[in-house]
Amino acid sequence: MKRTISVLVENQAGALNKITGLFSRRAFNIESLAVGVTDDKNISRITIIVDSGNNVVEQVEKQLNKLVDVIKVRTIEENHMIGRELMLIKVSTSTRTRQDIMNVCQIMGGKIADISPTSMTLELSDTTEKLNLFEELLRPFSILEVARTGLVALQKGNSGI
Amino acid sequence: MVNGAKALVESLRREGVTHMFGYAGATICEAVDAVAASDIDYTLVRTEQNAGHMASGYARISKKPGVCMVTSGPGATNLITGIATAYMDSIPMVAITGQVQSHLLGRDIFQEVDITGAVAPFIKHSYLVKDARELPRIVKEAFHIASTGRQGPVLIDIPSDIQKQEFDPVYPETVDIRGYKPSYKGNVVQIRRVAEAIRQAKQPVICAGGGIFSAGAEKELRTLAESAGIPVVTTMMGLGVLPTDHPLNMGMIGSFGNVCANKALAKSDLLILAGARVANRAILSPSEIGRRMKTIHMDVDPAEIGKNVSTNIPVVGDIKCILSQLLEIPVKVEAGEWIRMLQERRNGERQAELPALKAGVHPGKVMRSLGQHMKADAAVCVDVGQNQIWACKYLPLREGRFLTTGGLGTMGYALPAALGVKAAAKDRQTIVVCGDGSFQMAFNELATLNSQHSDVKIIVMENHVLGLVNEIQKTSYNGPFGVDLSGAPDFGKLAEAYGIAHGRVEKDGEIDGAIQAMLAYDGPYILCCSVDPDTTTGD
Repeated sequence: MKRTISVLVENQAGALNKITGLFSRRAFNIESLAVGVTDDKNISRITIIVDSGNNVVEQVEKQLNKLVDVIKVRTIEENHMIGRELMLIKVSTSTRTRQDIMNVCQIMGGKIADISPTSMTLELSDTTEKLNLFEELLRPFSILEVARTGLVALQKGNSGI
Repeated sequence: MVNGAKALVESLRREGVTHMFGYAGATICEAVDAVAASDIDYTLVRTEQNAGHMASGYARISKKPGVCMVTSGPGATNLITGIATAYMDSIPMVAITGQVQSHLLGRDIFQEVDITGAVAPFIKHSYLVKDARELPRIVKEAFHIASTGRQGPVLIDIPSDIQKQEFDPVYPETVDIRGYKPSYKGNVVQIRRVAEAIRQAKQPVICAGGGIFSAGAEKELRTLAESAGIPVVTTMMGLGVLPTDHPLNMGMIGSFGNVCANKALAKSDLLILAGARVANRAILSPSEIGRRMKTIHMDVDPAEIGKNVSTNIPVVGDIKCILSQLLEIPVKVEAGEWIRMLQERRNGERQAELPALKAGVHPGKVMRSLGQHMKADAAVCVDVGQNQIWACKYLPLREGRFLTTGGLGTMGYALPAALGVKAAAKDRQTIVVCGDGSFQMAFNELATLNSQHSDVKIIVMENHVLGLVNEIQKTSYNGPFGVDLSGAPDFGKLAEAYGIAHGRVEKDGEIDGAIQAMLAYDGPYILCCSVDPDTTTGD
């Protein structure tokens, strides 16, 4: 089962390394990991998606809590979560296909980030499922490159971790 | 204004450091200079790994973090095994390493290694100091982290230019780390549930681990066992929690443990884990535990609860505190029949006559004799291999300590650990039990023993083979290979070369006399015991 773990850590060299190292040496599989600074420049938020059973997720949380650089750890429940991911996707274009691609982009709520005579780079920020669908719809037009950030998430409403 | 090195040493003094173990080198010279100018005692080891083991032995007896200090590069990498050993055994330690100049970091210059990166998987926390002004705070935090919660090693890596950096130090009085707040008191509701579960149990057993010693909870554990009437088994790290002949002590559990202890574990209806993490050598089939009995797990590290065995009632906190809280609720178990049944087995096992073997001594007889003649509070440092199993099974303990590495199982631990014990408690009788394999991993420290005038008695079980591997190869592989220790020197002559007294035992009848002569001798002593290479831990 997929779980989203939100972790607040001291924003300093080596902290991220300690966290990813923990995952590899305890054989926990990371599906996605996103890092960025929070409103407090001394604190970073790491959002981790793991696909494992309850016991493993509990052990992941406990082991993360043991790291001195980790300030807070919380598993965010699927239905209490607002989660977004950003994708940049570059597709090859011709005068024949350009309009169709723009239609797909518009339907999905994406934007055109860059354009050249033979290619277009589209951006979409949405849930992981919507991003997967976007990629699927663009596949017939020959995808050149894809870059995704991994999911970032917050709890719904006024509660924080 | 002082430099970083002087501020480091002053910070160490403020943490109560009186002794350090180290090995100097180019990048740590400034700090060594500052130690030389201080009142801190300094022991030069013969290889950096043993600075870690000495700090471990020192910590386990002095009850404060052991401190070791080595140079960068190979000095730091040699120390890694000492750090990992302390981590697995939850021993408080502060390791200090020199590092190349901070502006050259990452260029792979002479004797540079990323030591904080290298030790990350088996260290409680580490610091790379980038500004000397942070040193007083970092040292304060390092000692706090090493000695609280689940104890363990902390590393401070200090570039040589930082050791020379001049500044006006401010020494903090308190520590505040927002990501580190270990639990101390146990949850009151959980403790009431524990008391209720004990009341309802018919055949309860307490399994005590090394955490009891870490927390200094020996007295509380004994009071609980005696007042509630609950038999006790221990893990290897918990050996000595109760005297061996205590009527409620049913021995050590595990694959190399006592039959009685394993029986007690298997037949109990309530297992009370106290400061024990019970890894694979202690409990072979953890799933059986969950199926057969109710389990209470009391531990300072929440991550240990539910990791190896499933738990019905978890209690997180300092085990001394938890046990004191529990003792406030009077509980009494009516388990006379259960205890009598276990005692019968226990006595049978303890009093069993050991056979005469086809050659050499029976190591069990050496251990029994040692236990009989050594002082009640002796510290016995035990190595790894067959010697460890024989000591666990047969050495009777009273109020002393049994110091071994149950977690990492590092050969060569015992001799340096014993030197650490001596640094902490000069007058405490200290005995090493090792094999000829482990002795050869550590005997370079005989020079340190001499330089420190440490009165350590060393018993070497000499069978010219890596015995435990030999046993495994015979039972589960294609036979012995790569375990023959021939080529070793005559240990008597070696002792003489170091100016150390020595003796030898060839057969059972000579054991008592030789043990007594060794213990009576004023000064260090090496006693070699001839053991037949075919003698197994099951004999």
